[in-house]
Amino acid sequence: MIDPRTSVIKKRFSNIKRVIAVTGWKGGIGKSVTASMLSLILSKKGKTCGLLDLDFTGASDHIILGAKDIFPEEKNGIIPPDVHGIKFMSISFFSEGKAVPLRGNNITDAIIEMLAITQWGKLDYLIIDMPPGINDTALDVIRLIEKTEVLALTIPSIIAKDVLDRSLELYKRLKVSIVGIIENNLLHSKKTGANSIPYDDKLEASLGCPNKLLKTKFARSLEKIATDIL
Amino acid sequence: MHEWALADSVITSALDFSKKEKLKKISQVNIVFGELQNIDKEIFMFAIEELLKSANKIISSSKFKISNESAKFKCKVCLTEFTLNQVKKTEDEAEYIHFIPEMAHTYLKCPKCKSPDFDLIAGRGVSIKSIKGDK
Repeated sequence: MIDPRTSVIKKRFSNIKRVIAVTGWKGGIGKSVTASMLSLILSKKGKTCGLLDLDFTGASDHIILGAKDIFPEEKNGIIPPDVHGIKFMSISFFSEGKAVPLRGNNITDAIIEMLAITQWGKLDYLIIDMPPGINDTALDVIRLIEKTEVLALTIPSIIAKDVLDRSLELYKRLKVSIVGIIENNLLHSKKTGANSIPYDDKLEASLGCPNKLLKTKFARSLEKIATDIL
Repeated sequence: MHEWALADSVITSALDFSKKEKLKKISQVNIVFGELQNIDKEIFMFAIEELLKSANKIISSSKFKISNESAKFKCKVCLTEFTLNQVKKTEDEAEYIHFIPEMAHTYLKCPKCKSPDFDLIAGRGVSIKSIKGDK
């Protein structure tokens, strides 16, 4: 048996200039907020931008963006709906707010299906919100989307740093380009380095409202970093 | 027309195969439709015909034969094997499974122990069984 779907993935990505996978190797460190916010920032700057939430078991970009009552259009595949200027695709469109309990091979099949049927069209950037860790999703994205570049997120913790170092070494071996490492400071409101985002106590109250999100300190910090590294 | 994207993948995949096997002409593509994804054969074949108009001439006169495969599941918890007829789903749920067959794990449950932890052992979606052609 031949799986025909993988053959068209390259075609689906042919008009996308850059694919940035927002990755972090521990859970709960702000990957989804960073991926969603980065998409909003790039869109605000006039770039055509898509956002693909591949964190199937913890999909949350739709909550961050306040994407309600929308569904992809069926036309030669599926067209991602527009959310605040971003072409947005997520498994949440198909899950009715229920859990998506998938094992490894199911995750791979669902990713291939989404990549094969989604018609992104022309994009300057496709931002992918990745689940934590180097797992099926990470290996599939690297295998299936050749132009993937990684934007790594970490937190100021010896645990996160140790995992980050190991993961960066692996990405180097896999010959995946790392565009930058961002430190998301979840506890302190001071910058801890060039690419650090200080804690923002207004962020939580802004979730679900893109206009408010873009006015946060988090957004301003991320915009500066994005200007430098992208 | 979600079927269009899958028809596109079948033609692209068959052309990739012809390159790899150095075929000068593709005469028949045997496709299998898994029951779970519930692909509309008429829409799929319409898409194939439309796509063939602008496809490489190697494949333009090929026949496309479709066979169906029943969906079969095996529960990982109680090891019960079951079919699609044995599980309930709403029209909306069937539509979501049509787009992403793995959504079955969100909406379907083992009829015996009610677990969503099952393997889909046959009949998922669109696959190519074989490709015939001339070298």
